[in-house]
Parts: sequence; C-alpha cells; structure tokens
Amino acid sequence: MSHAEDHEGTRRDFLYYVAGGAGVVATGAAVWPLINQMNPSADVQALSSIRTDVSGVEPGTQLTVKWLGKPVFIRHRTGAEIAEAQQQDEEAIGSLPDPLARNFNLNADAPATDANRVMPSPEGEAEGAWIVQMGVCTHLGCVPLGDAGDFGGWFCPCHGSHYDLAGRIRKGPAPENLPVPPAEWVDATTIKLG
Amino acid sequence: MSGIPHDHYEPKSDGEKWLNSRLPIVGLLYDTLMIPTPKNLNWWWIWGIVLAFCLALQIVTGIILVMHYTPHVDLAFASVEHIMRNVNGGYFIRYLHMNGASLFFVAVYIHMFRGLYYGSYKAPREITWIIGMLIYLMMMGTAFMGYVLPWGQMSFWGATVITGLFGAIPFVGEAIQTWLLGGPAVDNATLNRFFSLHYLLPFIIAALVIVHIWAFHTTGNNNPTGVEVRRGSKAEAEKDTLPFWPYFVIKDLFALAVILVVFWAIVGFMPNYLGHPDNYIEANPLVTPAHIVPEWYFLPFYAILRAFTGEVWVVQFASFITGGIIDAKFFGVIAMFGAILAMALAPWLDTSSVRSGKYRPMFKWWFYLLIIDFFALMWLGAMPAEEPYATFSLIASAYWFAYFFVILPILGVIEKPLTPPETIEEDFNAHYGKADAEATPAE
Repeated sequence: MSHAEDHEGTRRDFLYYVAGGAGVVATGAAVWPLINQMNPSADVQALSSIRTDVSGVEPGTQLTVKWLGKPVFIRHRTGAEIAEAQQQDEEAIGSLPDPLARNFNLNADAPATDANRVMPSPEGEAEGAWIVQMGVCTHLGCVPLGDAGDFGGWFCPCHGSHYDLAGRIRKGPAPENLPVPPAEWVDATTIKLG
Repeated sequence: MSGIPHDHYEPKSDGEKWLNSRLPIVGLLYDTLMIPTPKNLNWWWIWGIVLAFCLALQIVTGIILVMHYTPHVDLAFASVEHIMRNVNGGYFIRYLHMNGASLFFVAVYIHMFRGLYYGSYKAPREITWIIGMLIYLMMMGTAFMGYVLPWGQMSFWGATVITGLFGAIPFVGEAIQTWLLGGPAVDNATLNRFFSLHYLLPFIIAALVIVHIWAFHTTGNNNPTGVEVRRGSKAEAEKDTLPFWPYFVIKDLFALAVILVVFWAIVGFMPNYLGHPDNYIEANPLVTPAHIVPEWYFLPFYAILRAFTGEVWVVQFASFITGGIIDAKFFGVIAMFGAILAMALAPWLDTSSVRSGKYRPMFKWWFYLLIIDFFALMWLGAMPAEEPYATFSLIASAYWFAYFFVILPILGVIEKPLTPPETIEEDFNAHYGKADAEATPAE
C-alpha cells in the first residue's frame, strides 16, 4: 500500500467521522424541541405560588386547596389530636416505614418526628396545631381521605395506605410520608404555599 | 412469499400485465389471500379475523367520534354528553367504540392463550409472537389513553395512577412523569396529548398487524397438531392445506357473525355493563373515587402490580440488595411489566421438543391452571386492597411467574410427550374421514 493511498484513507475516515458526528448532533438538536415541547409550558410553571386564607378553618377540620394541580391538606388539629399525635410519635418513631420528615422547609435528613412535620404555630396557638401536607398518596397519586384509616389520620382508598395524624405512612404500599410543601405564614391567618 | 409451495398470480389480460410490470399489487394481494392454510385449524383460530374487525371498527367509530369531541378539560365531559344526547345516533357509535375495546381485548386474550396452548410462539414463529406482544402493548396504551378522554372521575384517577407508575422509576421517575403529564398533575396538557396519541397509535397497530401477518405468512400458520405443513412439493403441500380464500374466510366470517350477535346484544341492551358509573361524574382533582378500578382487561396485571407490597420478603430482599433503589412501589411496576415480558419470552423459556399442548400430558394441566390463574387475578384486581385478597393476589402472581420461568423450562426436560401425527393430513382424516370419501356421489 502506497503512502498516498494510506494518507487518502485516513483523510476519508476523518471525513466520515466528522460527517457522522455532525449528523448525530444535528439529529439530536432537531429532536430535542420535539421532546421538550411536552414539558410543562410557561403558564403551567407560572402558577407555582399561592396564598390561602385559613381564618375559617376551625380546629378539627381540614381545608383542601389546589396547588400545582394537586390538593394540599391544611389541617387545624384539636388539642386532643395534638396529644394523640405526640403519643403516636413515641410509639412508632423507631419503626416508621419512612424515617424522614419529607418536609421541604427542613433539611432533607430531618427525622420524621411530629414536631418536624407540623408548621410552626402562629402566636397564641398550641404547638402542632397546624399541619400542611400534599394530599397526594406517595404510592400512586390518589387523594387520601381525612379522618380515616387505622391511625386516625388519612387513608388512601386506592391501594389501602394508612397515614397517621402526622401524615406519616404506617401501613400499606406507599413508600413515603406525605410530603410537606414549602409553606409559611404571611400573617396570622394566611399561609403562602410555594 | 417463501415457505409453502403454491400457485402464484399470473396476469392474463394486457391490462393486468401492464399493471403487474409496474406495481405487482394484485399479485401481492392474491398471494396473501390464497395462502395455503393447514386444513385442520379448529375454532380457536378464528380470533385473528375478530381482531382485524375490531381494529377496523375502532378506527371507523373513533374517527366519527372525533368529529364531535372536544379535547379540553372544560369541554371534554360536556362534548361526550353532547355525543350521547344530541348527535344523531351518537350514543350508539360511542357505545360501539366503548364496548369495541372490550371485544378487542376478549379476542386478543383468547388469541394469545391459543398461541400459548398450541405452542404457536415456538420456532420458527418467534417474530410473529414478539410482534403480537408489541401490538398487545400498544393496544393497552391506546385503550388507557382513550379511557382518559371522556374526562370522568375514573378517566382522571386512572390517568393519575398509571402515570404514577412512571414516577416510581428511581432517580429520573419524577422528571419523566412531569414530562408525560406536561405539568405537575394530570391536566389539560395531559388530555390533549393523550388525544393526539390515542388517534395515532391505532395506525401504528395497523402497520404492526401487517408485519404480524407477513411474519406468519412466511413461516406458515401453526395448527392444532403443531406439525408443520409438508413442503416437498406443491402436491404434497396441498394434501395438508386449503387456500385461505374461500375456505377459511367463510369459516371465520361465520364465527365473526356469531360473536357479533352477542356483541350487538351487549351494545344494545347493556352498554354500560363493563364500564364504571364513576366515569359519568366529571373529573375532580380534589376528590378520589372511593374505589379506583381499571377497565376489566387491565385487572390481571393491576392485581400483580398491587400484590407486591413492602411486607413481601421478595420485595424486602430486592430493596436490601439494591440499597433501597428498588422499593415496594418500583417493584410492583417491575412485576407488572415483567408479567407481560414473561409472555414475550415464552419462545425461549419453553424447552419442549413438541409444539402443541395437545400432545403434552403434564403441560396441559399447568396450562389450565394458568387460565384459572388469569381469571383469579382478574377477579382479585377488582377487589379492594385488603386481606384476604392481598395474599391471594400474591399467590396468583407467583404462579404467573412460576409458569413461565420455572414450569415451562422444566417440563420440557421431565415430561414424556405423546407422539403427534406424522402429517396434518393424517390428523385431518382421523377427524373427518378420508378425503376420497367425498368422491363418492351422495345418492
């Protein structure tokens, strides 16, 4: 094989690689917009923060609001419920299926104690009076029912997941506690989600 | 087509010759329609025609429904009611489409179990089997997305639960789920894209059906004996076969007519029997129906999905060795898709040298048990997720996997099969008497 032919061969190989590489990049660039169009559109992304008036939520009741297309449970717990929740805390803290608080407002490794699940109470109210969490079962996304299940908290009718008074998974197929979304008090009666 | 020797199309007139030298389409259709078909096919072989009919029915009624349907969260439910109340004959066309899906799945399940019993999946028909499994998967996708379109409560919550399956994939699940839904939850974006894909997929299915037919026209049909058609010469092949047209077409159309009598009775007199009343309540993202149940044809696999909870040792073991990456939720998803994959792998899991279950004395009983298991899973999928159903589901799911991954491979080794007949002709004559008998005039 002559030197010239060999040289020509390498040159041709090089051109193959360049052309092939450019083809792959161009195809990728052309396909990406076709895939990305399915991601959330600008108007969907814009609805990421809402304010909710909770002045009408009496102790022992729950308000469900829609945030990011999903329900959020805002529960005002009674004194008896707070006591029971703290008792559940002591009973089960070592044996929870999901030991993490799943509270967006805390560190990711915070343990799932009742105190780490509830919202800080506004002035003049008992600690643990308010708990805010996503009303979406961590199993397959159904909306759990309030005041139901074996632990007095929430029960998902779809596949039988039981959550306790702090929204922690205790029994059933769901892998995680109900997530606590980013939430804060704007004033004494208004909660900001997101 | 290669394979069984038979007469091919010969263009006779000048016009035919003119066309044939430019586009041999008549020859293609002729060869497809006149394909030599084993003459001992029994009634289990009629479901292919029923399936073809269902696909055509769904496409035709679907195109009509789209003329009156509006894919928007505020209007979809009302537009379906508009079809039911205002559009001329709209209620009947929608009921045909709704129940057509059920007939489609009845037919596909019988067709699949036919293949599993008579060993139709075995060499050399693996490609036919795999294409069939792809068609089945696409049918499930199409049916699922179609069920979302009326935007009732079951539509919405079914979509939420099923897209939630993708959220169970470790690391990338949530991003995939958001991408599929076009937002954080099932909403207008989801409805629109499901509408688009529900319209598209049947045409892809139609293309795959052509490939499916192409594949088994290359290998030839299987038949109840599992014995291959003799291919030494055309004369020999003709002893084992009859052309598809007119013999099998007429037989299949007769069967279709009988089935359609039942189908039309259901559409006419009990059109909502297979549906759920909850789907006549408009979708509400804040309220989950008390009991979410998928359509009946998904129930067996839904039961498998639910069977593997965190309390099951296999799940705990999988979670332990993967360091928690595979949790109960993801395990359920793997099990559900695995149950379908197991069927797709049947050609390589079945080690028996005999094709048809008819000549496999032990296999038969395991197969009948699989049928019972399938119905048991279907029943369990509709039951609430509590005891004793949870334990039954686990046992039934375990049998499903055991059949494919343990029983099929082992049976081929330990079972002593009966001897199938030498030829299809022999089997046919044993049933219907010798062919020369018909030469005697009936006086």
